[in-house]
Amino acid sequence: MISITSPHTVGQNSVSKVMFTLVAALVPGYACLIYIFGWGYLVNALIAVTVAVALEALILVLRKRPVGFFLKDGSIIVTALLLACALPPIVPWWLVAIGSGIAVIFAKHLFGGLGQNPFNPAMVAYALLLVSLPVLMTSRWANVDVLPSFADALTISFGHLDKGLDAFTGATPLDHYKLNIGRLTADNVLQDPIYGAFAAKGWMQINLAFLVGGLVLLALRIITWHIPVSLLASILVMSVLFGSDGDAFVPTSLHLFSGSTMLAAFFIATDPVTAATSNKGKLVYGAGIGLLIYIIRTWGNYPDATAFAVLLMNFSAPLIDHYTRPRVYGHSKAVKGFKNDG
Amino acid sequence: MTQAPHIIARSRVWSIPGGVHPEQHKAESNQSAIEPVPLPSELWLPLSMHIGSPAIPVVKVGDTVCKGDLIARSQSGISASIHAPTSGRVVAIEDHVYAHESGFKQPAICIESDGLDIWRQQKPWHNWREQSVEDIVARIHDGGITGMGGASFPTDVKYRNKHAPIHTLLVNAAECEPYITADDRLIRERAEDILHGAAICRHLLGARTILIGIEDNKPEAISAFEVAAKRLGLDITLAVVPTKYPSGGEKQLIQLTTGLEVPKGGLPSDIGLVCQNVGTLYQIYRTVVFDEPLISRVTTITGQAIERPGNYEALIGTSIETLLNHAGAHLKKADRVIMGGPMMGFALPDITAPLVKATNCLLAPTKKEIPPPIIDNPCIRCGMCEQACPAGLLPQQLHWASKNRLLDEAELHSIDDCIECGACAYVCPSRIPLVQYFRYAKGEIKQERADQLASDRARVRFENRQARLDREKAEKEQRRKARAEAAAKALAEKQAKEGSNEEPKEDPIKAALERAAAKRDAKNTTTETQNPEQLKDIAEKAKAKFEKATQRLLDAEKEGSEMVPALRKAAGKLEEKYHSAEKAYQAAMKEQENVSP
Repeated sequence: MISITSPHTVGQNSVSKVMFTLVAALVPGYACLIYIFGWGYLVNALIAVTVAVALEALILVLRKRPVGFFLKDGSIIVTALLLACALPPIVPWWLVAIGSGIAVIFAKHLFGGLGQNPFNPAMVAYALLLVSLPVLMTSRWANVDVLPSFADALTISFGHLDKGLDAFTGATPLDHYKLNIGRLTADNVLQDPIYGAFAAKGWMQINLAFLVGGLVLLALRIITWHIPVSLLASILVMSVLFGSDGDAFVPTSLHLFSGSTMLAAFFIATDPVTAATSNKGKLVYGAGIGLLIYIIRTWGNYPDATAFAVLLMNFSAPLIDHYTRPRVYGHSKAVKGFKNDG
Repeated sequence: MTQAPHIIARSRVWSIPGGVHPEQHKAESNQSAIEPVPLPSELWLPLSMHIGSPAIPVVKVGDTVCKGDLIARSQSGISASIHAPTSGRVVAIEDHVYAHESGFKQPAICIESDGLDIWRQQKPWHNWREQSVEDIVARIHDGGITGMGGASFPTDVKYRNKHAPIHTLLVNAAECEPYITADDRLIRERAEDILHGAAICRHLLGARTILIGIEDNKPEAISAFEVAAKRLGLDITLAVVPTKYPSGGEKQLIQLTTGLEVPKGGLPSDIGLVCQNVGTLYQIYRTVVFDEPLISRVTTITGQAIERPGNYEALIGTSIETLLNHAGAHLKKADRVIMGGPMMGFALPDITAPLVKATNCLLAPTKKEIPPPIIDNPCIRCGMCEQACPAGLLPQQLHWASKNRLLDEAELHSIDDCIECGACAYVCPSRIPLVQYFRYAKGEIKQERADQLASDRARVRFENRQARLDREKAEKEQRRKARAEAAAKALAEKQAKEGSNEEPKEDPIKAALERAAAKRDAKNTTTETQNPEQLKDIAEKAKAKFEKATQRLLDAEKEGSEMVPALRKAAGKLEEKYHSAEKAYQAAMKEQENVSP
């Protein structure tokens, strides 16, 4: 008889369940993205997932790891889907494929695979693409009012990139506002058709859809409230403190409900592998991301800043962990730092 | 007797962090009354079924014993005595299978039942209040009572070592582990006895309150307590805690019922509490009032491989296999037999092991009920374990530290405070056997601490020795200097006395060398013309010299002079010389005799 020790009863949770719940929670966001910005997102998602799964299988073979066992956990699908919904919808297929490749090979497996990566793979890929291919990465957002058909999306992706492209593309609201607020007043900027009654047209719905998905994750206890709440709260506080003047700064509504804010708050920053670990640590970590998002968006060169903010806080997570350990039962105070003084 | 005013109060309940809600499976075994198990033909009583030192046998093979006779006496300190569970004969005292994960055997006493089950003479104390506290505690000690909730800690220790005033006796009736209903049934059927036991303990502790912590999944037991308290006119406070594992952990129950935490490294008594399981209180009542030592217990036998799950009252030492068969076990269907509950119990390597004082449950689940463990995924740091940990630890970090044998890191994360409840492993989506990792790290830390202690001790010893040697060396040097000074002074005085007319002395070493050379020459020349008379003379001289040298050596040794080795060497040489001269003389004598008979 093999020796089995306690606990004998274990819950029926599994990594696959966690990952596929995440995929399911992404569905409302994806549906909204596709509905508003067209099929490009679906095409990108399919490319990203296919490439990621194939590469993961290949690398598992090279690393002499059980392929089926690790593919089954579904973590790579989540990574690919997160990357694909962060990318602009109208980009050539190879950009998506390269992104997927970076995520799988460099961000995940070179560090040891599932659970070992210090940086969020999707964000590593996104940041590398953004730095390497800035034009493609910033000017290919879809125009809300003219949607390409599924066939158009495929054509754009595989080959004829220029076919009627101008009709479909436009800048993101965050980008647009920041570019124009220098010379126009807030009222004038908001006249642009890309803005809606509240925040930006389409983007608000998308953010709401990701928010719904995020709330589902919260309800299912896949994530805890700490990171999303502290992240959103810190963006809110910063934009109220510094950006109350709409003629100089992007307004709070745009910060919270356009760009990737909700996606970042509920799906990207909450990646447990790369986040700080204790409840207190998560609060610090989320607040740090929110702070960096606001700083980079406002005073930096990038209109949206999730990737860099997340990566920077990934760096800090181990340090945060050392100083945010919870107080243990029976202890008068928490053990902080690197020394145990009893 | 006037009816004392009694209150059955419901106490406020605090919350504990974490915890999990596994399927309870209590209904399978808590529907039927506690059933006595027929007397087995033989009983094996391990000498160490408690925390602390093993008991020492006081019987020998062949002795006949009565039920309740002492068969192994507790050692001093933390230990518990063992009694014969039935009357019969001691047939063996030897190593026997024991209920432990290791499967190692342990010394045990085997009693062959005579089937009569005759009690030894008993001295019941129906009015136990007339006895002194010391006598009652002594009876608890002599009765071999240990904590019956599973830890098996000798109970009397809690009443002997009171270093803080105790205000509350906390009765642990939570029974939070799934499947186990032994306490539930005991309360339903014998609540008055349990409360009698509680009254005894309160008396011993001088405590004010009897606080009963019980999970809200036992409504019948709660009302049994209320009815019993009313009948006894006993004041009790009931703290009905929500059903959540591990609310029955001692530290957790204290937090739930009082809002206090046992300080790190401390005991409940540090905050004025003594915690006692209902099974133990029942046994205390039986022992103190009826003079029945701990020789039987109620244990839950359950699981889907058991045909008649329920609670059974069995003698300590009964083979677990016998018990399972009595309850109708289909052992082929059982994936494993677990002693204790599914969260903290362990799989028995051998079911022929005997029932011990700590056995509160025997669980024989089918494969479907408790599937064998699956291969674990890597940790994704999801933090679900942290949300489940009742001690406020970070199991994901502890896992990392344990897996990589980073023992300092594990200690930084307070691994010592892990109670091994298994809540973290229960919720882990990667199915990592976290508790096993923590046990490993704890074991390693314990070993390292022991090694460290040993090496520290060795270092201190070495340093002390070194210091002593240095000191002696310095003292010797000082003595030598003092002597040299005295000698120089004496010489100077002598020279001053004898005046300067004395011719300068010859170099003594040179003179000695010359003398020796002359002697050698003389010897070389004389050897040819040796006659016995001469040889005798030489031998006598050599003997005198040797004796003188020996005397000097002895004196030097007495003084502790540094000349001792040199003198010893010289004496050795002289002895040799003396012996060879003696031999030569003897040989010459013999020769002479041969020549002129």
